[in-house]
Order: sequence, then C-alpha cells, then structure tokens
Amino acid sequence: MSNVGLEVKKHTIDIFRILQGSAEDEDYNKRPVIVQGITGKFGSLHTRLMREYGTNIVAGVTPGKGGQKFDGIPVYDSVRDAVKEHKAEISVVFVPAQHFLNAAIDALTNGIRLMVAIPEHVPVRDTLKCIKLARENNAVVVGPNTPGVIVPEVIKLGIMPAQPFSKGRTVVISRSGTLMYEISHRLTLAGFGQRLCLGIGGDPVNCLTLIECFELIRDRDDVDSVVVVGEIGGSAEEQLAEYIISTNFRKPVVAYIAGRSAPKEKRMGHAGAIVYGTYGSAESKVSMFAKADVPVAKRPAEVPILLEKKMRR
Amino acid sequence: MRLVEYQAKMLFKDYGIPVPRGYLATNMEEARRYARELGFPLVLKAQVRVGGRGKAGIVKVCRDPNSFEDMLREMMGKNVQGEVVKSILLEEFMPHDRELYLSIFLDRSKRSYAIIASPEGGVEIESVSNKKVHTLDIDANNNNNGNRLLHDIASYMGFNEDGSNFVDVAMRLIRLVDEKEAELAEINPLAVRSDGSIVALDAKIIVDDNALFRHEELRAFEEESVEVEARRSGFSLVELDGNIAVVGNGAGLVMSTMDMLSDANGRAACFLDVGGGATLDNIYKALTLVSKLHNVKAILVNLYGGIVDTSIVAKAIVNAYKDNIIQVQVFARIAGRNADIARDMLKGTKAVMFESVEEAIENAVRAVKGMNDNNGNSSSSSR
Repeated sequence: MSNVGLEVKKHTIDIFRILQGSAEDEDYNKRPVIVQGITGKFGSLHTRLMREYGTNIVAGVTPGKGGQKFDGIPVYDSVRDAVKEHKAEISVVFVPAQHFLNAAIDALTNGIRLMVAIPEHVPVRDTLKCIKLARENNAVVVGPNTPGVIVPEVIKLGIMPAQPFSKGRTVVISRSGTLMYEISHRLTLAGFGQRLCLGIGGDPVNCLTLIECFELIRDRDDVDSVVVVGEIGGSAEEQLAEYIISTNFRKPVVAYIAGRSAPKEKRMGHAGAIVYGTYGSAESKVSMFAKADVPVAKRPAEVPILLEKKMRR
Repeated sequence: MRLVEYQAKMLFKDYGIPVPRGYLATNMEEARRYARELGFPLVLKAQVRVGGRGKAGIVKVCRDPNSFEDMLREMMGKNVQGEVVKSILLEEFMPHDRELYLSIFLDRSKRSYAIIASPEGGVEIESVSNKKVHTLDIDANNNNNGNRLLHDIASYMGFNEDGSNFVDVAMRLIRLVDEKEAELAEINPLAVRSDGSIVALDAKIIVDDNALFRHEELRAFEEESVEVEARRSGFSLVELDGNIAVVGNGAGLVMSTMDMLSDANGRAACFLDVGGGATLDNIYKALTLVSKLHNVKAILVNLYGGIVDTSIVAKAIVNAYKDNIIQVQVFARIAGRNADIARDMLKGTKAVMFESVEEAIENAVRAVKGMNDNNGNSSSSSR
C-alpha cells in the first residue's frame, strides 16, 4: 500500500474520554463546554439547543463582551480568561470565518483539547495553520465546516438536530451535515443506535481526517460497526479504503458517497466536492471501497439494509 | 474561483513572471488595432474557463493577416462546453525550443502544498509519467532547503549550468500562491527560447473563494452571474444542463438528491444548496434564483432537518407563486415540523409535498416527461 503510512498518525488522544470522562469522575457525562461566539445569532440559538439536549455549557466567549451573561452563562473576552474560572477541555466555535483562526489560537493555546469548528468558508490557509496548532498542543480539531459531534443521550456539540439520533453501537463519520442527520435517522429507525456521530467537514482540508476517526474507534469494544458518508472530491475515501485493507480493520463498514452524477470541474457546494479528471470521482471511491470489502449504498435509505447484511455475515 | 487566462497573466506580470506581450479584445475594432500593434504571426486565445482549448479550436496561430478577421469571427461567440467566448487574448507569437510544465498546488491528501515539474510540458500533466512531485512548505519558501529543491528541479528539467532563470520563476510563482492564497497556479507550457530565456505561454490560477474577503484585488475579477449572486446570499449554485432544478439544504443532501434524480432518468437544471437555515427569505430567494435559469420545467425541493419548520417553507413557496416569481410545478420533500399545516397551505397551488424524496423525484420526472411528450406530439395525453 502506497502512501497510507504518511497519513496514519497514532492518536494518543482518547476522544471518548474527553467527551464523557470516566465513570469515577465527578463530571462523568457532564463534561464542561465553552462556546466561542456565544452571543452571535447562530451561537446563541445553538447554545440553547445544546443545553436542552443536556450539554453542560459552563462559559461563553465573545471578545468585547466579557462580564456579560447569556441565559445565565458567564461570558468572557477570551478562552484564556474563561479557563481561569472554569475547567473545560471542550469548545464549540461559532465565530464568523474571518475570525476563526484567532478563535482557534485562543482555544488551542489555552488548554482546549477538543475544538469543534462549525464555521463555513474558512480559508484553507487558516485551516492548515490550525492543523499545525492542534498538533503542537496535542488537541483534536473537528471541522471546520462541520455540523459537529454527538454522543446520543450524552453530549451534543454542534448544530445537528437531536431527533435523528439514538444511543447505540454504530459510529457515523460524515463529510456532509444533512446527510449525517438523514442517514443516522434511517439507522435509528432500523434499530442501529449510534455510539458517536461526527462530521469531519465539507472542506477540501479537514483538521481531523477520516483515517484518524477510524484510529479513534478501532480498538473500542463499545463500537460494533461504522458508517462512512463520503462525497466526491479529494482522495480521503480512497485512502481510507487502503487503510482498512492494510491495517486489517475488522469492524463492519458500510459507505455512502454523494455526487455520482456531478459534472467534472464543478464545485458542488462544498469547497471539497470537486472532481478533476478521474481524481476524486465517485467511481474511483466505490471501486476502492469494493477492494476493502466495504459496500456502498446507492441512496441513503439503503445504508441500514447493507449494514444489516454486513453484520449478519 | 478559477481566473481566466488573461487575469492569471496579469498576476504573473505583477510578480515578474515573463509572459508574451498581449491584449484582450472584445470586438473586431479592438482586435484590428491590437493585431496591427503586434504584427503577424500572432496567437488568438479564447478566454473561457475550460481545458483543452487547442483541441476545441479556440487557440490558434494566425500567420496571414488576410485570414485574421475570419478566424476571429469564427471564435467569438462560440459555445464551448457551456461557456460562450466573449473575449479573445491576442498575443505575440513566440518561437521556442522546449516546453516544460510547472505548477504549485494544494495537495489535499497530504494537507500541504506541493510542486509538480516535468520536462514534458504542453500536454495534460495527467498523461505524463516523466514528472516530479515534491511537498513544499509554503510558509518558509525563502529558506535554503527550498532553494536547493528548486535547483534540483532545474537540473531535472534539463537546465545544465544555468538554471537560475527557472529557479527565479519558480520562486515568484510560489510567492504568488502564498500571497494570493491560490489553490493552484500552473504554467503549461513554460517555454524555453533559443537564447535561454523562459516565458509562460499559458497561465491557470484557482484562488480560494473563502479567502476573497481579504483580497479586494481578486474580487475585482469576479463576473456577475447567477452563481455569484447565489454566493452573496450564502447559497451555492451550479448551473447544469438538465430541466429539473434541485434545491435543498446541505451540499451532501443536494448531491444525493441529484444522484437519485439521475438514477430515475431525470436531469438536474441546477444544484442549489441554501445552507443550514431554511427561512422564509432564504427559500423565497432560492426560488427567485431558480427563476433566472433557463429551461427549468420543474423544481425539486429536498429539505431535511429537525429544526426546519415546513410551514415556513410552504409559505415561501405560496408567496413565490402569488408574486409570479415561479410558474412551474414544485415537487417537495420537507422533513421537519408542521408538515400537515404545510400540506394544507400548498393545496390549490402547483406545489405538491411528498413523504419521501424517492416519490418526489418519481413524480417530478414523470411530469417533465409528460411535458416533453406533449411538446413533441400533441395527440399524446399525459395523466
């Protein structure tokens, strides 16, 4: 296998530990979260919805609004200030794309270990800088342009609606937001609850890659299957297929890939979804997945059917 | 955003990368004047954003002044892969000994920049096996390691002692990519002339749309189009050549809908992602954009999300009919709250709501097919 070795970076970080803590911890399943951009339109709406779900939001950040309160949640000028008063390793970022890099620097250099980056339209150069920062500070950044991360019935970090998800043992990793909801919903209806649903983001460069997500779950006993929701563009799915083959990944995996009918050299909404020649095409992804024994659904509704077949084998 | 060749060459000039002398002509009068200035032979290059222009007959060398106007007339207004030729770059003809390939691009899989070089330029780089690809630390492009890499590439490209011309151009190209936040800057071919000088005969640059907010000079290159208008509303729209407009929230969902439409033998007129918020204004605006497209015979709406209030979407559709923004039928699958209210509101309009996207697609395809049959043969009856 060619260049997989380059991309597989052993994650020393246990994302589930950050998301839930351990059973003996005082804050088990109530891990404290900071919302960056809490007073904005989007940030405030979703702060309320996350809280409704049970997410323990302890502080908000909006530069210039330190000292105020939002729904009783104290607001600080920076993460640096917020962590002086609140012990938090998780942040969710809602700031406009232009301010994203500054927010990321603030979070990652002040003890945030898991940053969920919601903003769309972040310049790719800023994302590259963010990857470097995360590496230097031993942190995980999910996104940008992600719907977020949800552990059903435990914690919701992001903009996903609550209703499609249910607790269980399947992990959903998605490049698309609405498709993550749609497919999780179908899994729920078919009886496949989810251990974790995570959107890596629709940009050409993701801070947390598909392969890194697989590394996070490969040795976990509480995960019994994986659904990958991919898209045309790039070669992340092909690399993942190589990874599954070369590292002998044993959990059943089913995939869906959006964009089969898209014309070449047209960017389909997501900055990442573009086919050059055959590079990034759906055919190339489907054929690589076939080699890795990963069935690819033709439409979202087919995902649970394929998963059921795969689990029965 | 992909720049047109003449725009990319303007940037090359700004960065001191040699390009042929040239002028942009949009009509015959200008073309005549520029041709007199340049003399013959000269090169005519249609300014459209498509690959393989040579094969498509829209890049030509004109040696005979008598054939110049015919050549220009034939090229101007030509439709190439959906793009119409509205301007032609006229350039001095540059005889040369060799053609090379050089590009700097964002390598998504490695999450870093890379440089590709080949001594066999002038053809599609994908078809060339004799090439070198190196990762490039663009933040540190002036250090000695970078310089050594470029000198190595120069000798690989066949510059024996004096590769300094080439290294200089490569360094300027790297600086351009860095400062303009380009995802790709490609010179193909990079010509080597008999006196050893080098010149960029073609230029392709793709800049990061998301970084345009800090590049006023690049925003000036944007042309007015429905796609640009959509982007300003926070949507993304891609015009396609079918007749069923596909509208949804989320790029993945819209792509998925298009795929299912294509499986059902329907053809998408556009890809339109309205983003996360399905508000009254957003949906109304989306329908307004769709109405500006040609050849739309039906609109397929697929909205999903627990926080979507479907009655608001229905209201937007009702308003769009009332204001005569749209006339064609809407086939909608809207998953969310208040679906019953929405269904009632749409009664008496040309919009129909379905439980599943599969049903919505099936009905849209059937309706459009019915129209085509009716147009072709008035005796056939749909329904």
